[in-house]
Amino acid sequence: MPEVTMLEAIREALFEEFNRDPAVVTLGEDIGVFGGAFKATEGLLAKFGPERVIDTPISETGIVGAACGMSYLGLRPVVEMQFIDFIACCFNQVTNFVAKSHYRWGAPVPMVIRGPSGGGVHGGPFHSANPEMYFVHTPGLKVVYPSTAYDAKGLLKSAIRDNNPVLFFEHKFLYRRVKEQLPDSEYTIPIGKAAVRREGRDLTIVSYAAAAHTSLEAAKLLANDGIDAEVIDLRTLLPLDREAIVSSVKKTSKLLIVHEDTRTGGIAGEIAAIVCEDAFGHLDGPIARVTALDTPVPYSPPLEEYFLPSVEKVAAAARELAQY
Amino acid sequence: MNHQLSRERHLELYYFMQLNRQLEERLVRLFRQNKIVGGVYSSLGQEAISVGTAYALEPRDWLAPMIRNIGTLLVKGFKPRDIFTQHMAKATSPTHGKDGTSHFGDLKKLHVVSPISMLGDLIPVMAGVGMAGRYLRQKIVAMTWIGDGGSSTGAFHEGLNFAAVQRAPLVLILENNQWAYSTPVSRQAPLKNFADRALAYGIKSRVVDGNDVVAVHEVAKYAVDECRSGRGPILIEAQTMRMKGHAQHDPAEYVPKDMFEFWKARDPIPLYEKYLTERGLWDAKTKAEIDARIERELDEDQKFAEESPLPDPQTAKQGVYCEGCHTIQADWQRPKEQVMPPAASVQAVWKIADFGAAIMPSGAPNRQVQSESQSKPAQNRQQPPHQRSTRPAPHRPAERPPAVAASGEDGVHDVSEAPPLRVPFGRGPKDRAYEREQQQSRPAKHDRPHRRRRR
Repeated sequence: MPEVTMLEAIREALFEEFNRDPAVVTLGEDIGVFGGAFKATEGLLAKFGPERVIDTPISETGIVGAACGMSYLGLRPVVEMQFIDFIACCFNQVTNFVAKSHYRWGAPVPMVIRGPSGGGVHGGPFHSANPEMYFVHTPGLKVVYPSTAYDAKGLLKSAIRDNNPVLFFEHKFLYRRVKEQLPDSEYTIPIGKAAVRREGRDLTIVSYAAAAHTSLEAAKLLANDGIDAEVIDLRTLLPLDREAIVSSVKKTSKLLIVHEDTRTGGIAGEIAAIVCEDAFGHLDGPIARVTALDTPVPYSPPLEEYFLPSVEKVAAAARELAQY
Repeated sequence: MNHQLSRERHLELYYFMQLNRQLEERLVRLFRQNKIVGGVYSSLGQEAISVGTAYALEPRDWLAPMIRNIGTLLVKGFKPRDIFTQHMAKATSPTHGKDGTSHFGDLKKLHVVSPISMLGDLIPVMAGVGMAGRYLRQKIVAMTWIGDGGSSTGAFHEGLNFAAVQRAPLVLILENNQWAYSTPVSRQAPLKNFADRALAYGIKSRVVDGNDVVAVHEVAKYAVDECRSGRGPILIEAQTMRMKGHAQHDPAEYVPKDMFEFWKARDPIPLYEKYLTERGLWDAKTKAEIDARIERELDEDQKFAEESPLPDPQTAKQGVYCEGCHTIQADWQRPKEQVMPPAASVQAVWKIADFGAAIMPSGAPNRQVQSESQSKPAQNRQQPPHQRSTRPAPHRPAERPPAVAASGEDGVHDVSEAPPLRVPFGRGPKDRAYEREQQQSRPAKHDRPHRRRRR
């Protein structure tokens, strides 16, 4: 079996779900004939036809609204945001219509909104954002943010089969950079379960998406210094796997949270609160965090590099924490 | 008399309109007794629109009401007790107290989508409902409502354009009730008829007297039939008047008194009662029977609502997610194989009609058209000064846009076919454009002193 990229894994998940269930349809800008800005949907139209692969106008509110309506009749629409930054255009539709539907009047919305997110590719302020926390703060949604090809495929399949609206963030820096062999047989990964990427005794690094790779690389550096870091990849941000975080902190007694999202209101604050609620007595040091700056994502490479968390920043924060 | 409607159906229209009104009058009383938790958004004077439009739908069709469309819910099959309990936030309400007013629905049986307070968002959602119905070959029509105010939102335009480009079986009823909270229509859009917007979306539209239930029903039936035959979406503007404030708290003192007077004389229920009497469709006894039935039903349901308990506080945390409580199953009315490979497979290429040159005369090279349009201003410059008008041209109200061939399947938009309904107070009594229009329509002799004065 050849290795596949994360992008190819996502495409495989779509093809398999389209084959499995004719209720699965997809809507988005340039996703049909063109196959999507990143080619995630390439080949879908030719195989499954224009009734299931719908090229839409530039109309995020229209797309998400229509997908919601389709889901009310039992379809399972997958919406592509050309860049996840544009989800801001349909914020109301997502947070007020879709997210509250089941709570308000018992109408489930089995839809997925997926799209490329994240920085590191010099996309500038409107093509690099990590807007996940707007939606983690919205009850009724599920928020998934994988970091590997294997997870992306398994989680996307779970997202499509879920009876709730799932926001599926695809880190575009990882699209073609992470590769691995995928199993021949079908598999899914449950939403809401974190993964331990590296076991360790001295401190816990909690992270997700591209920052999970940054954290793993930092853990390798730390190992040279004799610091044995455990790295947890959240994979799902809502619902958050409290259990995985708390049990790791109980083991290592130290917690560093790393994310590419901006600092204020990032998920690090929420995780710190959870650990204080559930494992305060086990902590041997302050909860530390390495995040992006509280600024828009800058365009110029040196600016963006300075903005993003890096292996060095993570390693430095971990070394400091290890001294407690 | 409408020949499509039997006597029974004529009487049913009355029943629903009167039920709508009496129910809301009871809600107002309950509000004053402090038994309503939130607001009461009256549809007084607009009942003919809710009832007449929803009555054109079949049970398989879908609708999504706006806040003043309680009548549509009654027609679709919800009971007054649902409305009472919703407003009173009772555990027995369709949403079990999670939401109020007309914010509820039913996916499985009645096919009603719950609205949200953000205006316009229902339009793309109902476009999607229509598209899914078409995909599943259910032959359904989706219907939703919007106000003159709500039609200014981005979601309205995105939704209608989306529906239009997808040819979704969507009937959009634009209730022009002259007021968006305290803001008159003239501050929403500089349009004579909101239905004119249909032209910009390449869809058909109609304007109808929203206080004439028979006319409303007729045009709605036409629209539903068109959509079911694949010729949607359609925009219908129903012109009417909101006879109360935005909600119970609002005495609507900003509305000119004579405007209320004008519309009160056009109250849809007395108008329809007269219609039924004149055509011998009922007598006093029949009316009394229907009215008594309404009282009986409302008494019973109001009692039920008042005696219902409030929800258990603990239930607040339930129901954010579907955790196996719903089975999601589409109702396929076509073989699934049709949408699976190889039957679904296509060649993924675009076919572009006229290569994008749709505005040019057929066969005319691009250059000719350009030079023609460029030559016009040049001619104007060469015009001798004495031939120019020394006075500015008198202002005329914008003419109705001509019917142009566009992307509609029949090529012509119906917006200019339907004569515009004259609604003098539509722009507000001090509206200059209306006054000008009135002056222009007067005989010339009336115009003379006016011109003399100007000199």
